[in-house]
Amino acid sequence: MIAVVDFVLRLALWLVLAPLLPGLITKVKAWVAGRRGPPVLQLYYDLARLWRKSVVLSTLASPGFVAGPAVAWVAVLGAALLMPLGPAGGALSFKGDVLLLIYLLAVARFCTAWAALETGSAFEGMGAAREVSYAVLAEAALITAVLSLSVQTGSVTLATMLVPAAGAGAVLLAAGLFTVLLAENCRVPFDDPTTHLELTMIHEAMVLDHSGPPFAVILHGASLKLLLFALLLCQAVLPLGGLTPPVAAAVLAAGVLVVTVGVGLVESLLARLAFRRVPLLLTTAFLFCLFALLLAWRGGAV
Amino acid sequence: MTNAINLLVGLAMGLNLIALGSGRLPAIIRAMAVQGVVLGLMPPLMETHFDWMVTLVAVVTVAVKGFVIPGLLQRALRAANIEREVEPSIGFVPSLLLGAGGTIAAMALARVLPLLPEHAGSLLVPGSLASVLTGFVLLIGRSKAISQVCGYLILENGIYLFGLLLIRATPLLVEAGILLDLTVGVFVIGIIVDRIQRAFDSLDTRKLTVLRE
Repeated sequence: MIAVVDFVLRLALWLVLAPLLPGLITKVKAWVAGRRGPPVLQLYYDLARLWRKSVVLSTLASPGFVAGPAVAWVAVLGAALLMPLGPAGGALSFKGDVLLLIYLLAVARFCTAWAALETGSAFEGMGAAREVSYAVLAEAALITAVLSLSVQTGSVTLATMLVPAAGAGAVLLAAGLFTVLLAENCRVPFDDPTTHLELTMIHEAMVLDHSGPPFAVILHGASLKLLLFALLLCQAVLPLGGLTPPVAAAVLAAGVLVVTVGVGLVESLLARLAFRRVPLLLTTAFLFCLFALLLAWRGGAV
Repeated sequence: MTNAINLLVGLAMGLNLIALGSGRLPAIIRAMAVQGVVLGLMPPLMETHFDWMVTLVAVVTVAVKGFVIPGLLQRALRAANIEREVEPSIGFVPSLLLGAGGTIAAMALARVLPLLPEHAGSLLVPGSLASVLTGFVLLIGRSKAISQVCGYLILENGIYLFGLLLIRATPLLVEAGILLDLTVGVFVIGIIVDRIQRAFDSLDTRKLTVLRE
């Protein structure tokens, strides 16, 4: 019984808290620019509004157009349930769950790209192509980061991998994972979530033809993914293992807040990169993670 | 003490990669200058007690590599009035990957080298090999004369790192001579850069391969 209550509570926590993050980022951006900005809860209003609207379906689109966002959302939620929350652990935990996490994120991306291609519009095909071509590099960095954590702790279970701090490589890992977070969640300097300039859109180009509830699901999934990556970054870098559960939860929440504010500051202070410079930055993130892996290896061997 | 040295060598390795990845000449010059300062700080850290000779070497190294040489290069850059883009013949991503591969290979190689036991745990040898490789990649892969000079200086930084292993055996005169050579070299290169710019209207060294009457 307690297990069921625990599971439902976690689910509610993820679903309710996730849309807070984009609102906070927007608030930070407005604050840096000296504006008042939309309310922090704006995304909740948007989701409610979209949920009430009807769907516009292209005559070309197969059921995959609606199924894609739904499957993607379920996959991201599944990945979120695997992610441990400090000492409380994950809702589901088993040996090798980190592999499932990476694959679920890949499934989510595949389904979003698939739904984009379903519209039969060349513009959305271009967005999907851009998204997956950056994802190749971002995923390499993410996998290397996970590998370095796994080498360091000698485990492939998220709950034990993320408990100790990453040691000497923590700074490298933090830099690498933060860049991956920006790339995976389509934030500046890789993509501008507020852009309306068609030539430079990536993620927005992909979801341009979605409307109503499927679009709400896509937006909510994106915020879940942002929270997921912020939690991964915090737990990979901060040593939460030795703290009592309430303190660890507070530290984790503060860490996620710092990451969110950091994303907002990056978006305010940086311009987005030219397309041809993006692979360079992603390669740099990959190298950060690679050197963290090297340090973990050397540290283990000496 | 070894930890501080390893941290500094790690920083120098990171600066190698920054130099490989940056697309503008002032950024490469800055990376090279910071690397010079980092390397200059090492000799006093390696000594257990204060030694005025080592301190003097450190101060002169920091001054020359961190301030005099970058200053000369920046002046040449201003005087020649050239575009700041680097124009690589080996792209940024491949050269970054080459540099990272070189660093990892240097780490692996240093493990099998027969080093003295007191040097086994330090990053000095891999750091030096990595800097030499970075210098080579910059020399081969960049077509502007000033970025090639930076490559040459990073290569020299690698050799200096290797020389730190023998710091107690190298006389002050040798260090001073090397620094003087470097400064004069960069000075002369500054003049040559100006001449190339006047004769060819660009600093692209690929244009120097054509013979003309």
